[in-house]
Amino acid sequence: MADHDVLVVGAGLAGMRAAIAAHRAGANVAMMSKVHPVRSHSNAAQGGINAAMRGAEDSVDSHVYDTVKGSDYLGDQDAIEFMCAEAPQEIINLEHMGVIFNRDEEGRLGTRAFGGASYARTFFVADITGQAILHVMYEQILKAGVRSYEEWFVTDLIVEDGECRGVVAIEMLTGKLHQVTAKAVVLASGGVGRAFEPSTNALICTGDGIALAYRAGATLLDMEMVQYHPTTLAGNGILLSEAARGEGAYLLNSKGERFMDGYAPNMRELASRDVVSRAEATEIEEGRGVDGCVFLDVRHLGAEAIRTKLKYIYEAALDYAGIDMITEPVPIRPGQHYIMGGVKTDPQTRTWDPDGAWSGPRGLFAAGEVACVSVHGGNRLGANSLLETVVFGKVAGEMATAHAKEQPDTPVSGAHLADAEARIKALFGRPDNGERTAKLRLDMGNAMNEHLAVFRDEDGMQSALGTVHGLQERYTELPVVHKGGVYNTDLIFHLELGYMLDCAETICEGGLLRKESRGAHYRRDMTERDDTAWLKHTMANVGEDGRPVMGSLPVTVTKWEPQKRVY
Amino acid sequence: MQANLRVSRYDPEAPEPSARMQDYQIEVPEHFTVLDALIQVREEEDPSLAMRCSCRASICGSCAMRVNGQARLACKTRLSAVAAEGEPVTIEPMGNQRVVKDLVVDLGLFWNKIRAVEPYLQPAGDEPEEEYIASDESMQNLITPMGCIMCGACVSDCTALEVDENFLGPAALAKAYRFVADPRDGASHERLQTLNEYGGVWDCTRCYMCVEVCPVGVAPMDRIMELRDSVMNEVGVTTPGARHVESFARSVARSGWLDETMLAVDSWGRFNIPKLLSQAPLGLRVLVRGKLPLPWPFHHKRAGAEFVGRIFKRWESRKQ
Ligand SMILES: Cc1cc2nc3c(=O)[nH]c(=O)nc-3n(C[C@H](O)[C@H](O)[C@H](O)COP(=O)(O)OP(=O)(O)OC[C@H]3O[C@@H](n4cnc5c(N)ncnc54)[C@H](O)[C@@H]3O)c2cc1C
Ligand code: SF4
Ligand code: SF4
Ligand code: FES
Repeated sequence: MADHDVLVVGAGLAGMRAAIAAHRAGANVAMMSKVHPVRSHSNAAQGGINAAMRGAEDSVDSHVYDTVKGSDYLGDQDAIEFMCAEAPQEIINLEHMGVIFNRDEEGRLGTRAFGGASYARTFFVADITGQAILHVMYEQILKAGVRSYEEWFVTDLIVEDGECRGVVAIEMLTGKLHQVTAKAVVLASGGVGRAFEPSTNALICTGDGIALAYRAGATLLDMEMVQYHPTTLAGNGILLSEAARGEGAYLLNSKGERFMDGYAPNMRELASRDVVSRAEATEIEEGRGVDGCVFLDVRHLGAEAIRTKLKYIYEAALDYAGIDMITEPVPIRPGQHYIMGGVKTDPQTRTWDPDGAWSGPRGLFAAGEVACVSVHGGNRLGANSLLETVVFGKVAGEMATAHAKEQPDTPVSGAHLADAEARIKALFGRPDNGERTAKLRLDMGNAMNEHLAVFRDEDGMQSALGTVHGLQERYTELPVVHKGGVYNTDLIFHLELGYMLDCAETICEGGLLRKESRGAHYRRDMTERDDTAWLKHTMANVGEDGRPVMGSLPVTVTKWEPQKRVY
Repeated sequence: MQANLRVSRYDPEAPEPSARMQDYQIEVPEHFTVLDALIQVREEEDPSLAMRCSCRASICGSCAMRVNGQARLACKTRLSAVAAEGEPVTIEPMGNQRVVKDLVVDLGLFWNKIRAVEPYLQPAGDEPEEEYIASDESMQNLITPMGCIMCGACVSDCTALEVDENFLGPAALAKAYRFVADPRDGASHERLQTLNEYGGVWDCTRCYMCVEVCPVGVAPMDRIMELRDSVMNEVGVTTPGARHVESFARSVARSGWLDETMLAVDSWGRFNIPKLLSQAPLGLRVLVRGKLPLPWPFHHKRAGAEFVGRIFKRWESRKQ
């Protein structure tokens, strides 16, 4: 008998929301995560979560329009319409679970302004929104008594007869491998920021789920769409949230000018992220930066507002850059932040297409940053990602439960476990040739950050792809130096590097394939958006030789025809 | 700058496992945190070094460990701030918890305590159609305890937990406060009853360690003191701890200083002869050394006791 009806891989917001939904739908559900659930990267989201439900003028349609426009028309409009329509109810659901959202004078939920949005529709908890939601979600998991495999690292998806039937995972505290079976699997394993150096992402954001699904035959979509956030700290890439600009911060160049006036005269600092990041990069390139940075200035907001509404940001600047934002502007620059692409799913979060336009194992669902349903298209709006995790996390939990209930109990072969054990034993057996995981990762991260950042071109992307191929070669002989079982992170980092290299390869290939500029993908050698040839998604599937086979899929347009994007 | 790190190592798979200290000397940039330095050690010197870390930005709560003897987040601690000339920076796993390997501890105890306070909203009655109406002030008040990143630093350095594992401890009590103070929660009274019991709010020794080590300003002890107030107001003065507080205040209000003998009698109960007898030798020793004032009825008023009494009166009238 299968261990569980539904197994959720990942315990960030998407994963926990899926687990709660599956539990409420009556499934025997379990979650698995390589870190304790509350350590998941969702806790880093500072700014907030969007829903159109306040103010006489705001409407779901307006939220949809902003998202479609923000996506540079690459988002699938049916998925966006669904997400925006579900948003208000989902905010209420979160509030009922216990999230302590900020209130207005009447004691109702209050909002703040955010980039790319026509109205203030971002709900928030000071600047710890992600953490405040993530911890409440975990409270609900404890309440429901959902089985949670904590510090279990997934190494394989089990696929038999085209069906996903569970995973193989390392129990990190012992080093033991286990096979955990399920009638449906939900992937909610987050993004792949660490393929870039630096990145705002946590060290655990290594694209495991994207690569696992890809290797298991699933389709990856729009992998080239990588978001650079406009305000990251120079040293270690740590994020200063858009909440700062939402509250009214200025961006200044070395001459002290609010340079966004010249790039986005209406929305200025609150234009969408690709636009602001490019503006900053241009200022820096044209010599109006200081040490590769421009400045974020909040001094005019006053000490009180800075200490309360931007508490975390204030402390981060102090701790990590040694700068007191009350008296000084902070040097910032664009930094890798988010991946819009991912595992292709339909709005029901299925990774397979009954009609065969794209492929994936039946019984495998995906939601959150790992997935590309595609609500963000070429550029994600701030505070739309948390929304995506909860809306599609819920759908995934419910759909996976329904799917599991239709499945017969098929016994699963023990060969998957034996295979994984043999593979890891072979890794331990590799001779020490002096190569180190950290070094290879750094080379990859630097190449990606150099050539797949805010500005791209053919030669650069070819060069990055060449670097990735070279690293993939070296990876086949990369040793695991530490041979212990208990909490062996040398082994874990080795496996993660393999996942990241797969992702990096498809990111480069996607970028080379897309012969236009759209959203975050801005090519210096092809600066225009080309709706005739490229109003479509790029698609990658793993080929026989292990290299990606590229293709494309149409974009779903319901009622918003592409227009020129002006902010 | 040169970093001298003295790191605690423990390998459970060694033939005879035992903890030892290992020194590393590495060159690092001035702005490095303790975590940055440890990562450099792991990447360049010794990939077997085990520790938890993820966000590098003091938000995930993974990297609590003892730096120079005190629990801290490695990623929030600048190396230059803890390095003294010529001395190595010592790095050890958190206290009060079982070490799994090197700097990784078993957080089972930590989470069991969190679970013990039923850490989820228990609303009274049916959910409203829309959101619960609550003042912004009441929600803002919860941001501090909600800011807890569950890092375990406070539990590591809690002096009460060190002697009694049954104490719920600072993090779990701060979590409990988050629900007691949440206007949407309907179970506050039951929660306070439980917190009034053994292992609850009265077992804190007010040593202040948790306030000092908490990296995000939750100040668990302050939350515990707020819970004590709520317990006394809502459940009543029913435990030695609560009676201790009352007796303390009564004595000071009356005489301007503390009658420690009465404090014991009031706290433990006049007729709790066995407990009082067990305290007698201690009391006598303290008395002989001249560190105990004469007990009632010999407990005289201090000069200025009226002033002190007036402060109490003023406070009482304020409270009403
Ligand atoms: C600094 C920062 C600030 C942000 N701010 C905002 C914001 O204000 N608003 C907004 O909408 N979005 C924001 N985002 C984006 C948003 O936080 C993320 O996109 C979102 O939280 C992703 O959630 P998730 O549930 O998909 O994945 P995650 O929260 O990343 O969770 C992934 C889970 O998968 C598990 N996992 C991964 N690999 C494995 C494996 N091999 N085996 C087992 N488990 C595995 C992990 O342990 C983890 O539990 C921000 C992002 C960053 C980096
Ligand atoms: S103040 Fe109380 S809870 Fe805090 S560390 Fe001391 S004994 Fe523990
Ligand atoms: S109260 Fe502070 S020290 Fe204790 S677990 Fe929470 S964040 Fe860590
Ligand atoms: S690494 Fe996340 S708190 Fe230090």
